[in-house]
Formats: sequence, structure tokens, C-alpha cells
Amino acid sequence: MTAEEAVGRIRSGMTVGIGGWGSRRKPMALVRALLRSDVTDLTVVSFGGPDVGLLAAAGKIRRLVAAFATLDSIPLEPHFRAARERGGIELTELDEAMMMWGLTAAVHRLPFLPVRAGLGSDVMTVNPGLRTVRSPYEDGEELVAVPALRLDVALVHLNRADARGNGQCLGPDPYFDDLFCEAAAEAYLSCERVVATAEFADPGGPRTLLVRRHAVTGVIEAPGGAHFTSCAPDYGRDEAFQTAYAKAAADPGAWREFTERFLSGDERRYRAAVAAFGREGA
Amino acid sequence: MTGGATRAEYCVVACAEAWRGDGEVLASPMGVVPRIGARLAKLTFAPELLLTDGEAMIVGDDPEVVEGWLPYRAHLALVTGGRRHVMMGASQLDRHGNQNISCVGDWKRPRRQLLGVRGAPVNTLNNPTSYWVPRHSRRVFVDRVDMVCGVGHDRAAAAGPAATRFHQLRCVVTDLAVLDFATPDRTLRVRSLHPGVTAETVREATGFPLDIAGDVPRTRQPSPTELRLIREVIDPEGARDREVPA
Repeated sequence: MTAEEAVGRIRSGMTVGIGGWGSRRKPMALVRALLRSDVTDLTVVSFGGPDVGLLAAAGKIRRLVAAFATLDSIPLEPHFRAARERGGIELTELDEAMMMWGLTAAVHRLPFLPVRAGLGSDVMTVNPGLRTVRSPYEDGEELVAVPALRLDVALVHLNRADARGNGQCLGPDPYFDDLFCEAAAEAYLSCERVVATAEFADPGGPRTLLVRRHAVTGVIEAPGGAHFTSCAPDYGRDEAFQTAYAKAAADPGAWREFTERFLSGDERRYRAAVAAFGREGA
Repeated sequence: MTGGATRAEYCVVACAEAWRGDGEVLASPMGVVPRIGARLAKLTFAPELLLTDGEAMIVGDDPEVVEGWLPYRAHLALVTGGRRHVMMGASQLDRHGNQNISCVGDWKRPRRQLLGVRGAPVNTLNNPTSYWVPRHSRRVFVDRVDMVCGVGHDRAAAAGPAATRFHQLRCVVTDLAVLDFATPDRTLRVRSLHPGVTAETVREATGFPLDIAGDVPRTRQPSPTELRLIREVIDPEGARDREVPA
């Protein structure tokens, strides 16, 4: 399916989980398709990177559920920062481990999972809905009950997939992409290359098969689909482009130019504009 | 050779000392100087430490050699299992050890949005935690932090036994001194001053009253072996001097 078809399944007001971590292996082609849609008022769940920044800048996010938003080599995500400082998005600020256990609870169809993380911190203050739960065993410990993070839709990007939705991760870290897919009612998997199922064996074998087809609704072939975030081993982060992104994000006029140049057309035009940008730098 | 040690090199050794005696745990340094310090510890007095490449690989004495795989979910299990000693940064830190990296000002609409809480809540409640502050100032050492991310002693105690059970704040290394919480009420005190730093300088750079004993020791000197490792093996490009200028 195409990125447009996948994004066409998303309705305003839905909860969308986005895979990857920071500025690493983000489903950016799907995010760019989402930017081109009329969808708005989203709750976004993410280990945040430029996915969060772009969607916040475009006014697509009503509420963000996250522990951070970063570009890794640039510590602060500029659009996320601006959106927070102008009061432009609501935030459910959770600890990284709480995010993982919230997704895990959703995968296992549990209402919550108990964690120690959060006790004593202001995560409990800024999320007044968070509850604690007492262990029924003799330790009697009072722990945080992290509510399940159920998703309407998950968007993830992997190195390879077959047409049926089996996804292969060849990079150093799967992050939590399989949890995102399994926690969602529908999951859309973009990949660098769609391959025949038999081709999975060659570059890594069965242990690299991260996402299973029962948890995937649609597969989108999107070469360069994580750009400008990293997608090792296919490519690293485009640091020059990320720097240009962060610089443009700091100034409204420069951001208008950036969106006109890179984000006003479809994915084919995006890739052409990025190629032209690369030639300028060379 | 030791006579020529820079402030940055004293800081590296002070950070390395944080992991002494920890055993076979993951050293998680955040920041350039702590990263050099952790490698120095591993190459000298703490060879049993585990270190990553900054992403998902556990590397040996030769950082090109991979000895293990630690993707985020395994990393988080290691945190909650307590087999890790993290040295985090701090945008704000109070006398009880409460740390803020999330935002400055009112959380609802911050004056300055920073990183977010990240893993500071899970870290502080589960594995030993130290802090690295490359510029000791009143902006960092505040009376009250705007958002408690890393949990300090007072907040852990108020949250009850599940919060204090594995809570361990070890030390705070800054460009001026090494601090710890070895006081009756477990608030910050100065453990040692770096050479050339007076107690008065540290007091002035701290936004709350600070316990500094009259006979407070000096931070220990880097040995000739340590200086050689820092300068020739671990950080030949001198990244440490950009974090702590001479």
C-alpha cells in the first residue's frame, strides 16, 4: 500500500504510536504523509524525535505522551520546545520505563502494570490521574500502576519486510517497534525494501525478524523512509540536513521556506529536494 | 607529569572514582568527562565494569570489540535489576539531591523546555546514581528544582519504603569540587575541593548553604599512568577540555 493509503486510515482525534527512538529509525515517510493530510487533534505516543517536532509544528498534536523529544546529536527538539513554551500542546510526561510498561500492558491486554519508577518524582504531580497499587503479597509495597498505552494506530519503519507484514530489523536496537505494533488496533509498517520471504534468511536470519504479520495491517515500501533520522545499516542520520532542519525551526520565516522547499510536495519531491540539498553541500 | 594535570583531568579522575568498588555493573556515563572517567576506571582499577558504545553494544577494553548486546529494553531491565551505576547531568539540583532535566519555570507552560524527564525517575529509584555538573553555578545548585525528575533523599523518604528500598545517591562531581550526601540529614556537603579552588568560591557558586569542613581534603591527583591513558589512549583529541576549559 502507499503511505497515503496508510495515513488515510487515521482519523482526527485518534491515538497514534510512532516507533523508533529520538532521531533514530523514525517512520518519517509516513509522518510526512500525515503532515499532508487533514488529520488533526491527535494523541501521539512516542520516544520522541523529529516526528514529534514536525507534527507539533504543523498543529497536528493535541496531546503528546512522551518521556522526551530529542534529535540526539542536537539535544533539544526545537519544534517540541517551541510548542511547549507557547503552551501549544498538552503533555503526558512519563518516564522511559513507564512508557515501555504502558505499551507492554496494552500488548498483554492488562489495565496496568506495576513499576517502581515515578514514586517521589513530579511525574506523579503533573499526571494527577496516575494511581498507585499495593502488592497483595507480604512485602506490601506500594508501586505505580502504569496504565496501558493502547493505540488506535502504530507507525513504524524497518529495514526489510515481506508483502504480508513480517518485518526485519537489521539495526543495532529494535527499540520498542514490536510493542507499538502489538499495542495498536492497526499497524502500518514502512520499510527500505520489500523482499520475498525467502530473502530474510540471508542478512541476519530469524532472530532479526522483529514484527510478525498478525500485528501488521499494511506494508509500505519507502526507500529512505526514515530520512533524516538514521536507519542503520542502510544509512546513518543525515546530520547536515538535520542541522538545517533545526536551524530553520528556530525562525518562522526560515521555517516557511523549509516547508515550501521540502514538505509541500509528495515523497518523490521530498527525495528530489533532499538530493538537491546534498549536492549543494558537496 | 602529574604537576601538569588540568582541571578537566582532575574531573575525569574524580568521575572514575565514582565507580570504584562497584563490581560487575554497567557504568552509564552521561557527558564527555564522565565517559572518559568510566573508561579510565575500566582500564585501571575497575576492569570488571561493563561499558557500552553509547548505543546498544557492550564493548571491551578495546572499544572496537563487542562483548554483549544491550538494546534499550534489556538496558531498562538492568536498571531495575540494580546492576548499573549511572552518572547523569543536572540542569538543576537541590541540597537533597532532587534533579531536574525536564523544564525551567512552571511545568504547565515552561519558560524553557529542556529534555523531558527521560529515565531519571526509574534510574534514581532503582540503581546507584551520581551526577556530573560541568559548570558549578547558582543556576544549577538551586534551593528548589522546578520539576523533580531524579528523586532526592527527602522526596524518596516522603514517598515511602518502595521508593527508598533501592534509592542510592552516591556523589556529585563538578568542575570545582566533589560533593556527597554524608551528612546526618543526607544533604549535600563538599567531600573534596579541586586544586586551586577555595571553599568560598564553591559557596558563592551554590544557591543554598553548603557544609564545607575547615580541613576538607583536596581531590586526588591523577597518577602518571592515568594521565597517559587519558591523553594518549582515551581522549587524544582533547574533548575533555571543551567540556571543562582550562
